[in-house]
Amino acid sequence: MILLTLYWSFFQIGLFSIGGGYAALPLIQNQVVDLHGWLTMTEFADVVTLSQMTPGPIAINAASFIGIRRAGIPGAIIATLGCITPSIVISLLLAYVYYRYRGLATFQGIMKGLRPAVVSLITSAGISLVLLAFWKGEAVTADLTKIDWLSVGIFTLALFILRKWKVSQIAIMVGAGILGLCIYPFLS
Amino acid sequence: MKKDVKFYMKLFASTFYLSAFTFGGGYVIISLMRKKFVDQYKWIEENEMLDLTAIAQSTPGPIAVNASILVGYRMAGVPGALLTVIGTVLPPLIILSVISVAYTAFRDSIMVGYTLRGMQAGVAAVIIDVVINMIWNVTKEKKVFPIMLMIAAFIAVFLFDISVIIIILVSGLLGAITIYSSKNKKGETT
Repeated sequence: MILLTLYWSFFQIGLFSIGGGYAALPLIQNQVVDLHGWLTMTEFADVVTLSQMTPGPIAINAASFIGIRRAGIPGAIIATLGCITPSIVISLLLAYVYYRYRGLATFQGIMKGLRPAVVSLITSAGISLVLLAFWKGEAVTADLTKIDWLSVGIFTLALFILRKWKVSQIAIMVGAGILGLCIYPFLS
Repeated sequence: MKKDVKFYMKLFASTFYLSAFTFGGGYVIISLMRKKFVDQYKWIEENEMLDLTAIAQSTPGPIAVNASILVGYRMAGVPGALLTVIGTVLPPLIILSVISVAYTAFRDSIMVGYTLRGMQAGVAAVIIDVVINMIWNVTKEKKVFPIMLMIAAFIAVFLFDISVIIIILVSGLLGAITIYSSKNKKGETT
């Protein structure tokens, strides 16, 4: 019974979160805190923090975390499945439509408009990440002492290496993490 | 391309690997997928990847999950999509399940915090690197419409925080209108 409820709850979260990322937060909160009481508000805030510290979409992270605490490994799997079911059905339908009709003029027109817009969406997300890293997640100000200069240094070095040589992105991220782990302890 | 066991292994391994290192939201994994599938493997074209991104963005559910399904479908139909979506959800499923046991210790660990702060700067550099390439791709053809649309969409989302859905709808509509107006002028189909 709990498995069914978990599946249905996360199915709804998957179905109604459009636009990705934090758009899903209020929905998750509504389902797991308000409706079912699976987590307290503090635990929910912890899940959000954990999601930022671990890879993967926040909805999947929440599904795994809540699933395993409520019903063990099967719970985690079922909640995750619930969360991705709407994605699988709708994405497959759209993929089918895209590959079938992408030769049509109207379809090509729509895609011509979407491509530059998508570049802007990714640019905007990228700049937000840069600001988040440089200002340690606090408000962006002109106060130079508020800037995390080590972060600026790691960023600049990483970008320089990426532009100059063909290196794996994963290597860059792991390297940046190691630099942080080795240098931050001496700064604070 | 030969669709043997090795190909499916590669498809699964690459989505698993990307998902395991995707800190910081759906756009990061899309940047990584672009680098892997467009630049490195040359399985998918640049424009096609942008189309798939637009679809992933406008579909309900996490962008990373949608994008992996679309890429999997593109490479090997429905079985491919199922393979890539499993590859994408397994890392967070495993990691969160392990962490949920002792999550307060993990959350409060200073060492984890330092590493993540360093990684945050690295992730930012990775996504900016991809962004530079994508902007260059849009501007190199020196066409006014896509460049203007890119600037307008950026201002709308970054400065005015306008909903992504609205931006997708308006830019798709504008694209369709331009196709028809240019068709009427030339009197030909594009």
